Amino acid sequence: MKNRFFGGVHPAEHKDLTEHKATVSLPKAPDQVVIPMSMHVGAPCKPVVAVGDQVKVGQLIGETTGLGAPIHASVSGKVTAVEPRLSGGGQVMSVVIENDFQNTPDPAIRRRDNVGALTGDQIIDIVRQAGIVGMGGAGFPTHVKLSGAVGKVDTLIINGAECEPYITSDHRLMLERGDAVVGGAKLLAKAVGLKNATICVELNKPDAIEHLKSLCGEEVRVEGLKTRYPQGAEKQLIQAVTGRQVPPGKLPADVKCLVCNVATAAAVYDAVTEGKPLTQRFVTLTGGAVKEPMNVLAPIGTPLSHLLTQAGGFKADPDRVLLGGPMMGIAVYDLDVPMMKGTNCVLSLTREETAAQDPAQTCIRCGKCVEVCPMKLTPLFIRANANKDQWGEVEALRVMDCIECGSCSYICPARIPLVQTFRVAKAQLRKQAAEKKAKEGGKA
Amino acid sequence: MNEFKDLRLTVASSPHVNSPVDTRQLMLDVLIALVPAMVMGVYFFGPRALVLTLVSVVGCEVFEFGYRKLMKKPGALGDLSAAVTGVLLAFVWPVSIPYWTILVGDFFAVVVVKQLFGGLGKNFLNPALAGRAFMALSFGSMMTKYIKPGTANWWGIPNSIDAVTDAITTATPMGALHAGDLPAADYNGLVDLLVGNVGGCIGEVSAIALLLGGVYLILRGVIHIRIPLSYLGTVALLSLVFPQGNDPVLWALSQLLGGGLMLGAFFMATDYVTSPCTPKGEMVFGVGCGLLTVFMRYFGGSAEGVSYAILLMNICVPIIEKVTRPGRFGVSREDRKAAKAAKKGGDKA
Repeated sequence: MKNRFFGGVHPAEHKDLTEHKATVSLPKAPDQVVIPMSMHVGAPCKPVVAVGDQVKVGQLIGETTGLGAPIHASVSGKVTAVEPRLSGGGQVMSVVIENDFQNTPDPAIRRRDNVGALTGDQIIDIVRQAGIVGMGGAGFPTHVKLSGAVGKVDTLIINGAECEPYITSDHRLMLERGDAVVGGAKLLAKAVGLKNATICVELNKPDAIEHLKSLCGEEVRVEGLKTRYPQGAEKQLIQAVTGRQVPPGKLPADVKCLVCNVATAAAVYDAVTEGKPLTQRFVTLTGGAVKEPMNVLAPIGTPLSHLLTQAGGFKADPDRVLLGGPMMGIAVYDLDVPMMKGTNCVLSLTREETAAQDPAQTCIRCGKCVEVCPMKLTPLFIRANANKDQWGEVEALRVMDCIECGSCSYICPARIPLVQTFRVAKAQLRKQAAEKKAKEGGKA
Repeated sequence: MNEFKDLRLTVASSPHVNSPVDTRQLMLDVLIALVPAMVMGVYFFGPRALVLTLVSVVGCEVFEFGYRKLMKKPGALGDLSAAVTGVLLAFVWPVSIPYWTILVGDFFAVVVVKQLFGGLGKNFLNPALAGRAFMALSFGSMMTKYIKPGTANWWGIPNSIDAVTDAITTATPMGALHAGDLPAADYNGLVDLLVGNVGGCIGEVSAIALLLGGVYLILRGVIHIRIPLSYLGTVALLSLVFPQGNDPVLWALSQLLGGGLMLGAFFMATDYVTSPCTPKGEMVFGVGCGLLTVFMRYFGGSAEGVSYAILLMNICVPIIEKVTRPGRFGVSREDRKAAKAAKKGGDKA
């Protein structure tokens, strides 16, 4: 390994629950899907269908109103509601479609024969129309990322690290749809004017590395990375692969890098060659509480309750159900919420699995949080100052650089919820900055 | 709406899992790492060494429990930190010390140094070392009654300091080193120093046992090698360069193996609460301990320098941490210098 990122931890992986299970389509399609109009960074989409409308798979149902990516129907059937519904991020305007189980495709979806002749700009436009967003969880509109990178980057990294414990959806995707991943990598490279791409995979997935290597030509390279969390975090991955560090407040393009998830690459491949918008994705259903952990290919908008029923339901009461992995996943309290474009995992943890979380004890100044922080922060000092409302000092300790990877909270022997404290601190600093701005504006 | 409606789901901020290693586990590992030194202590100084240590552990835990109870603070017995203090405090005394004196030290360490400052994590001095310093001030003469290894048979060690006759007291390697003499004339003599077959304190004599414990702590990830390495390295380097007219290598090895250096470097200087939290700070701290130790051993009034060196460096921890904060991600050293220069220029203008 020529480079590595700072700090990091190695939590128990638990990937063995699902890593050797081939992805299956949902044994039973959902009766209805709830498609939130906000599954991306930016402004929510505007619904373009009304209650009673018949929609087909891949039909446009949400238009962008600013920064964002369009949204398409993931099943065919009748729109039964256009109203705010609960999603992972609160109440969001959603389109509810009752499934007619016909899977009628939108007639506009057509295979493209002239893929080789497409220009970079054309590829980016296809990506935009297909509604593709970062599928590793961040949800940044991919076409915006690509537009900003054209001509500015010299390195394209396809992120197959999948460093979060439990999750295997990207692993299975690389094994089962390696051609799409490699094909997507080539298209992404072309879109931003590059000849090469590097697919980065953690060494705990040797079969995926082997398989991708067998598919890669000269243009695409596969690199094995040390298994260490958060290897797949954008800044850390760039550091590990190129040795470059993204400066505070800057973007990967500022260090001439572009990072896309393997699932994003595969979605780009499907959009360009098959003309398919993003309407389904690989999801890992796992955790100690789930009866039959599995990887599924599911329509976006499928309620978690339906997914979990397909996985046999619960064999033990879950303490938490998460969208995403145990380190950065979002806990939900209602299983009617739908899976979204960025949902790579639905993780149901038992009380035993989360038991080590509590109760919080006193800080013994062991310094392990400093040791593991990939952003070179000093979590214990930030917390101490935040607890005393010393916000100036909290800011000087660079809390805004925190990527909320959770390494500090994970390693803390006193089980202090450091990341939670930092989220509060960040919100406080943002509020203060806004108030200051408003005050100055008032004066002027 | 669905069959999962009656579930009671916890909503919490990520991360949702924790490392299985908690404070208690860390302290337990420290206790385990001290076992080899305990065994050697009992081997050389008889079972009283063990009883003394146990009395000290019980004393520390009782004082901690009593104080927390009296002050109506949440109990802190489970974390085993007081037990570690108890063992360390007993380890730095000759086996001839009366039981009651160690209890006085326990009280000072746990109640005055630790609890009065807010308990675990808040004290700025190492409790065991501060307790030792307090005892050394109060009962200084008892420190010199070192017992010759192997002269104790079962309960053969008298219970009172006055009863320790000259016949079984012995000189310590530190005494020789302090006078500028080698404690062992050749490398064969160093073996006794390594194993611990010399006069000294219960848990300090066996360098090999302490090294074993130290390596265990490093391998288990309980401590980082930075502090012991920089501490021992500094002592070794200074001893090699200034051998006081002796064979430099023999002198340096004697300095490393003699006295309380091994116990200090691996178990005292690495105390989480009273050592820096920043990686660079740990190096600075270790070097500082090394410098002060050699300085005191060479020029100090008493033979030993380790405990006072560490206590002095404990006081420096906040300032060390302030100047050794890690650099910012994405900002190179050159960037920082440029920013500083620009700021200076701006101030002038």
